[in-house]
Amino acid sequence: MSTGAPAGTATTPPDVTDGDRTDQDGAAPAALPPVTDGGVGRAVLLLLVRRALQAVGVVVAVTTACFAIMHTLPGDAAYRIAAGRYGYDFVTAASAEAVRAELGLDRPPWQQLVGWWGDAARLQLGTSLVTGADVRHEVLHGLGHTLQLAGLALLLASVLGIAAGAAAAHRPGGAVDRLVGTWVVLARSLPPFVVGLLLVVLLAVQAGLLPVAGSGTPAHAVLPALTLAVGLSGLVARVTRDAVVHVRSSEYVRFAQTRGLGAGAVLRRHVLRNVGTTLVAYLGVQALVLVEGVIVVESVFAWPGIGHTLVHGVFWRDVPVIQGTAIALALAVVAVNTVVDVATLLLDPRPRETAVVA
Amino acid sequence: MRARPAALAATTALLVPLSACASGADGAGGDAVASPGGAPDRPLVVAGSYEVHNVDPTTAGGLFTRLEVAETLVATDLDGTLVPGLATSWEASEDQLTWTFSLRETATFHDGTDVDADAVATALTRAHSTEGTPIATAPIADVGGEGDTVTVTLTEPFASLPAVAADTTGQVLAPASYGADGSVTQVIGSGPYEVVEVVAPSSVVVTAADTWDGDAPAITDVRYQSVGRSEARALMATSGDADLVLGMDPTALAGMATADGLTTLSVTLPRTVLLKLDGADPALGDPAVRTAISLALDREGMATAILKDPELAATQLFAPSLTEWHDEDLEPLTYDQDEARSLLAAAGWTPGSGGTLEKDGQRLTVTLRTFPDRAELPPLATAIQAALAAVGIEVEVLVGNSSEIPAAHAAGTLDLALYSRNVALVPDPLVTLLTDLAPEGADWGVMNWQDAGLTAALGTLADGATGDEAAAARAEVTSTLQEQLPLIPVAWYRQSAVVSDAVDGLELDPLERSWRLSAATWSAAAAG
Repeated sequence: MSTGAPAGTATTPPDVTDGDRTDQDGAAPAALPPVTDGGVGRAVLLLLVRRALQAVGVVVAVTTACFAIMHTLPGDAAYRIAAGRYGYDFVTAASAEAVRAELGLDRPPWQQLVGWWGDAARLQLGTSLVTGADVRHEVLHGLGHTLQLAGLALLLASVLGIAAGAAAAHRPGGAVDRLVGTWVVLARSLPPFVVGLLLVVLLAVQAGLLPVAGSGTPAHAVLPALTLAVGLSGLVARVTRDAVVHVRSSEYVRFAQTRGLGAGAVLRRHVLRNVGTTLVAYLGVQALVLVEGVIVVESVFAWPGIGHTLVHGVFWRDVPVIQGTAIALALAVVAVNTVVDVATLLLDPRPRETAVVA
Repeated sequence: MRARPAALAATTALLVPLSACASGADGAGGDAVASPGGAPDRPLVVAGSYEVHNVDPTTAGGLFTRLEVAETLVATDLDGTLVPGLATSWEASEDQLTWTFSLRETATFHDGTDVDADAVATALTRAHSTEGTPIATAPIADVGGEGDTVTVTLTEPFASLPAVAADTTGQVLAPASYGADGSVTQVIGSGPYEVVEVVAPSSVVVTAADTWDGDAPAITDVRYQSVGRSEARALMATSGDADLVLGMDPTALAGMATADGLTTLSVTLPRTVLLKLDGADPALGDPAVRTAISLALDREGMATAILKDPELAATQLFAPSLTEWHDEDLEPLTYDQDEARSLLAAAGWTPGSGGTLEKDGQRLTVTLRTFPDRAELPPLATAIQAALAAVGIEVEVLVGNSSEIPAAHAAGTLDLALYSRNVALVPDPLVTLLTDLAPEGADWGVMNWQDAGLTAALGTLADGATGDEAAAARAEVTSTLQEQLPLIPVAWYRQSAVVSDAVDGLELDPLERSWRLSAATWSAAAAG
């Protein structure tokens, strides 16, 4: 999977901060007319409606694709499900046939798909073919655990990455910058599996600070989240560094400095907000890339998240669980994109649609 | 730049409370607080690979008998001998068609209700109607009875019924365990521990039950944690996160030999890693070819390299721990590749292109199916592939889902399959052998192979033969298997677990029916 924007390509946005400050200074280098609060509100509403429609389309497309893929895979689903239910000592032709009859797996696939759509429209995701558990419950349980992990990982990665990136940007090419550069390469080139085991050996086995694996207490989340955060923090640091360097060398920052604003005021009013638009979009992409890492990390740390649910679902040919998981992940993508769009709109309220400008 | 100290402070502020709450985690750290009684004030933590997907006894893989929450009619001791469970005694009628089990009068479910014949009948009837369970293979017509007397009627004599009644799928649960549709919604058993919490798929917490009519367990609280990866489990043992770590694979175990405060427990399981062959295959149907395959295998080398124990190299199908079935008089299976080559040559196979043997224009090429659920199977499969290539048999290894073996058997497309078979799924291997060696073949047994003498001998045993007659029948079975090799034994199996020195008195059950936690105690090291 892509690791996001390659270093050095972070674009310098025109200053967004002056858009709504023209009344104070009367000098906006990026001269676009200001929009009123009503304009921003309308833009957000429009965006949410569009995203909601998109969510419905994504759910239908993704679940249908899942269903089609699972049905074209080689192998007999009844046997797979029986192996999942009874284990390898007890999966036999007889137990597979019993499963087939019980679940109606010999019905034509289109009947199964239409039946599933009908249930899904009533928000019924069905029950797992293997465990008999309610899919909605299993997916929400897994998603909750994964969101905890991803949230904590993003937070840790942002704090570590933004701090390191800002420090590196202070003196481009300096010792700190080179040190951070090395960190970026290391953090990104080590697979999460290795980072996880290294952290376990250091923090759990040697230092005895944290539990090795499992779930149940807040402490159990720290090591897996830190494992994910280490990988992410490298690129967050890199993007932050480049964005800060670009913004700081931009005309509007120099103008602000010339105007006599203190370093702190320049940072708060001009640098942070402009870097923010780049970073928010970038973190949004990374939140989605996290899902990839989550599956490996959940396995290493025995974390009962959605990656765990998905892996079992695929291994057992448990179609309702796969579809439920796919819906959750697809909606998560739409939700993250929506949050990123809204955040960017609020950070950079200048109008995008020519109709509004005109 | 001002941002740096601020950000660093934020990082520290974030990490410090995390570490602080970490040290208060309910792991099995060595710094446990001692309660007034001298035992540590924390649960015993067991880490294993089994996941908790379902509480239904017919699919839960025996987790709740291992945790001693639920009981079966008959139990087993560490030798695999049948001992009283919920039933204190059992006997068959004159015609062998009716069995009577007397229940322990004081047995009570965790919800306070009495264990009675109805509860037993519900449990056994459910298990009997679920395909694939050992209880489903027994010729049971009806389970009934009244009060503390359970009556099982059979359609034909079946001497192994008590052994089948020890199967974990027949665990007896209270009526309140079942939902309106008859499915199991919670586990209310009658054992020394009762369920406090089940968090699917990862953990189960149990505590000593005050309804238990036997000796109260010394260790009152137990937490089972499912950890799928064996390296993570090994690290849990080393870090002290777990007191008992199950399913330690040989490689992880070898790396832990030097760890302080840990003891390794091992037990030989009645499990054999074996090759199943299609008896209808033109090449594999020839006993000479099967013998050649067996001779080509360097079992000791594979056992040393992969299982880290040369003693696990199988010299016959039954491991020495199966004392009744392991036959010291059998000529052991040996390794002799030259002999294998000459046997194949005598059978008409001559070297063709690329070193692969040919006969009548047909190359000696077979597929070998196996699965990764047991970590040693794929490396053993590649070792077998190399060994057979050395004598001119080309093997394509397919590692997939375990169910592909019975599926390929049913479709008739199976050549070779490598798997590990527990020949004592119930405490009496005969029950498994009657299925696996059936003349019509079996998913996890013979394929397109039968032997009239062996079938007759198994029939004699099933009818309840004893003494010399039974010994002669078993000898007939073991010698036929050794000569004909419808299943080629590769290795025996040893189960290992790691125990912290905080716990005393743990022993491994060769049948994996129970972890025997109620018999364990906290050691002086735990209290100190």
